[in-house]
Amino acid sequence: MADATTTARSVVANPRATLQDLLPKIVLAPSFAVILIFVYGFIAFTAVLSFSGSKLLPDFSTWVGFGNYVRLFNHPNWMVALKNLAIFSILYIVICSVIGLALAIFLDQKIRGEGVLRPIYLYPMALSFIVTGVAWKWFLDPGIGLEHVMQSIGWESFSFRWIKDGKMAIYTIVIAAVWQSSGFVMAMFLAGLRGVDNEIIKAAQIDGASTFVIYRRIIIPLMRPVFLSAFVVLAHLAIKSYDLVVAMTDGGPGTATWTPALFMQKFTFGRNEMGMGAASAIIMMMMIFAIIVPYLYSELGGKKQ
Amino acid sequence: MLRKLLIGTMLGSALTAGYAASTYAAGGSVEVLHWWTSGGEAAALDVLKKKLESQGVTWKDMPVAGGGGEAAMTALRARVTAGDPPTAVQALGFDITDWAKQGVVGDLGEVADKEGWDKVVPTALQNFAKHDGKWIAAPVNVHSTNWVWISKKALDAAGGKTPENWDELIAVLDKMKANGITPLAHGGQAWQDATIFDAVVLSLGTDFYKSSMIDNDPAALGGEKMVEAFDRMAKLKSYVDKDFSGRDWNLASAMVIEGKAGMQMMGDWAKGEFLKAGQKPGSDFVCIRFPGTQGSVTFNSDMFMMFKVGDDKKAAQLTMASDIESPDFQSSFNVVKGSVPARTDVPDTAFDDCGKKGIKDLAEANSSGKLFGSMAHGYAVPAAVKNAMYDVITRHFNGELDSKAAAAALVEAVAAAKG
Repeated sequence: MADATTTARSVVANPRATLQDLLPKIVLAPSFAVILIFVYGFIAFTAVLSFSGSKLLPDFSTWVGFGNYVRLFNHPNWMVALKNLAIFSILYIVICSVIGLALAIFLDQKIRGEGVLRPIYLYPMALSFIVTGVAWKWFLDPGIGLEHVMQSIGWESFSFRWIKDGKMAIYTIVIAAVWQSSGFVMAMFLAGLRGVDNEIIKAAQIDGASTFVIYRRIIIPLMRPVFLSAFVVLAHLAIKSYDLVVAMTDGGPGTATWTPALFMQKFTFGRNEMGMGAASAIIMMMMIFAIIVPYLYSELGGKKQ
Repeated sequence: MLRKLLIGTMLGSALTAGYAASTYAAGGSVEVLHWWTSGGEAAALDVLKKKLESQGVTWKDMPVAGGGGEAAMTALRARVTAGDPPTAVQALGFDITDWAKQGVVGDLGEVADKEGWDKVVPTALQNFAKHDGKWIAAPVNVHSTNWVWISKKALDAAGGKTPENWDELIAVLDKMKANGITPLAHGGQAWQDATIFDAVVLSLGTDFYKSSMIDNDPAALGGEKMVEAFDRMAKLKSYVDKDFSGRDWNLASAMVIEGKAGMQMMGDWAKGEFLKAGQKPGSDFVCIRFPGTQGSVTFNSDMFMMFKVGDDKKAAQLTMASDIESPDFQSSFNVVKGSVPARTDVPDTAFDDCGKKGIKDLAEANSSGKLFGSMAHGYAVPAAVKNAMYDVITRHFNGELDSKAAAAALVEAVAAAKG
């Protein structure tokens, strides 16, 4: 009898509880469906394409297995693109982090005018990479930019022509990208610095630690999660770097500044090699996953503890 | 003026075709995807637009500029995949063949047979404008790419004689260098490097051009002659200024116009830049074929590729095709565009000296079988192979490869792109 009452009661209470249970799912369902189709669906589509012999348009009648991947890794331009990606991403991430951290520490010294300085460093981030690229292309062009100006004000022997030099051109892209992003990294680090508990710092000061030691031994180690976030943001920006390269050099001189994203676009749309383009896109995605998955794993795993 | 033009075009089409005006007049619309958006090009296209509108055909413009048509081709992919292709699309060379293979293009046979296109359009162009014996595209013009544009002043200062072979060319370039100007105005973009390469290969013999650039015979691609071609490219590189990398072709033309540089090796669209600057052929600048290539022509032809459309739009599409091939349009359009007509029976009276020379050279090359598709402009090999060649040519031009390595790399790159 008692059993029957509880059952009846729970049946009465159930519609509300079920609704409460379901509501978040109903609200999230559309965006979930959209992501499912437009992100994961298209990733799957690209993966399928990469095994097909598609040329001009998607073509699902010829299959080449891993043929596109074999051709990809035998292609000199892809190897150039991978090498450039290595150079670019290492320098970009390291230099951005160092400059960002330095700026953040300097700004954290309770200086006057922080409110003015902080947005100045942040503003480049508000520009699109295309704007940054065009501006730096003109600035670095020996005929009209820095070299020309220096020579015309009297420093005749001044020479800075990296952007016209196949061996050095990739570094000019690093310069422009660092200029664009280091302010953003600074903002991340600044937020991290502000989040460090003052009590710990005061305790260290009472123990007689110098400012340098406090930063090196206490504050910077405490900011490990910020470093990780900065790394992930910068790494995926580096892998998908396309707009900046197109605006600055369009892959030139020669093929010196090709990047994987540029390769993907040029092969898919310029060379009617949709299969190879898809294969390169899949490789890029795997590179990004290789960075993001361990990061998510460590983040989510950390919270469970 | 406008009325004169209208009457002229009406008369012209009535006389030549008797077709457009009568059969298909009134009604319909054409949607045209193209990348002719810059001043001279847009003006030239306007000639066609006005002509169609005078026949009651509405013109729906769909300009997609950028990347020498690459952006337009990307837009076209989306439209075709969605099953709604435009009526007519500006297209080049193997892109037309590639689309034809997809089975989405229309058939212009009705107009072409009636107007006898087979007899007046050069055979080399028909290879692209026809697919499986059916007319699928209407050729608008022929650009030839083996031209050299020389500043008259700089040439006079360097002896005044136009070079007729490689050694004379080098002698002139050396003198220009000694005179303190940049001898060769060039923009370091892959397609511009390849445009010069076309001419250099052609100057080593028409058979060599055909076997290497068109037939892609590995023996020709990697042989002694190819090494020599690359050596010549390296020699030409030594006459280019140090800021050439990435420069647009029209800025290179401007250097010749301003007298800062001696000459530019570029297709005849460069002429438009000279004319716009108020220069006159013969007195301000000189046009010659790349030394050693007189008598043969590498061409690049703009065509309007026609897509399969519903019956309601078919009439307007055929009207447009007929208008494009009418001799009066061919003449008035190409005078504005700087190219030469895509049919060999158009009178050259309206053209300047360089245009007259272009028409004469084209007819001569067509009849002697020395009219070849330009590799640099997608008329010799499909896009994948063309770009593979670009890679090698531009790497060599930028000093990443020596001539022997470049010839070997060319063989490999072509084989890989075909694989």
